[in-house]
Amino acid sequence: MIVYGWLWRHLPGPTALRALLLTLLAVGVVAVCFLWVFPVVAPHLPFEQITVEEAP
Amino acid sequence: MATGLAFAAGPVTHEAALVGAGEVAGRPGPDGARHAGEAPRRRRPGFAAVGVLGELLMTAGVVVVLFVVWQLWWTDVEAGAVQAGIVSTLVESGPSPVAVVAEPRTEAAPRIEVPPEGTTFALLRVPRWGDGYVMPISEGVGAAVLDRLGIGHYPETAMPGQVGNLALAGHRQGHGRPFYSIEALAPGDALVVESPGAWYVYRVTVSEVVSPGAVEVIAAVPGRPGAVPTTAVITLTTCHPVFSSRERYVVHGVFESWMLKADGMPGVLAPGIIGANESER
Repeated sequence: MIVYGWLWRHLPGPTALRALLLTLLAVGVVAVCFLWVFPVVAPHLPFEQITVEEAP
Repeated sequence: MATGLAFAAGPVTHEAALVGAGEVAGRPGPDGARHAGEAPRRRRPGFAAVGVLGELLMTAGVVVVLFVVWQLWWTDVEAGAVQAGIVSTLVESGPSPVAVVAEPRTEAAPRIEVPPEGTTFALLRVPRWGDGYVMPISEGVGAAVLDRLGIGHYPETAMPGQVGNLALAGHRQGHGRPFYSIEALAPGDALVVESPGAWYVYRVTVSEVVSPGAVEVIAAVPGRPGAVPTTAVITLTTCHPVFSSRERYVVHGVFESWMLKADGMPGVLAPGIIGANESER
């Protein structure tokens, strides 16, 4: 694991603290995706168009 | 692992391993044990690049899975809470339902003013989808309406009970999925629109699958764009097949009758409403 290994080595503190920080980081990334990234991306993907409209 | 243990065994070998180990060599650590674990990370550059690529691909896979979870679960949670809040506000702010079956009326129905975009002006109840099914109908079919508020009313189409086509759009998965069970609708099923003052009862006539560009289905006379309407009809549109936007599932219906809420409620809703939902409020 190169990328995540690098991240692990650069987190401070003992193993337990690193694991906690890594978990918080993961939760943060998921939250950013759920609240901001996915809502912006979704309208451009062909999964949830439900209206009939003139072809652009 | 075996190499790592070998390095850890002798301090001299350990130092030798650090020379030329790139990132590790330039970073002397406080204790030898850590270095012993990192020493075998020495790799050729090409190998490292493939490793990074692999990790990025795995990350991308996780993100795709997260997107599916977001789409199918989180949007439901989020929009479901918003829609339930709208429904309970509307139901509580209105008069208590009169628990008798009202006489259906067929003269000109009470007119609802066209509200500004994004305003909820009615509720949809569909007995076929369960006694507890109730979804807000709001003006507009943009993402701001459909992704949060539930069912959207195509602008410029008829309002409930009026001559023309009351055209509604709703999600079939995610975002509260108001039209999840659209394929269960059969001819004769009731579609009841509830405004603050009246009930408008429509009956399903026909269902069809069309291409996304088939705007004629929401014309005032469905299928005949430009024709002058003489009757009141309803059209529901959603995606088809489920989880895809390749086609649209469309349900048409005709207006049957209306009742004032002060007079009671539609017979089609009476068993569910009196027995289960509204009498408790």
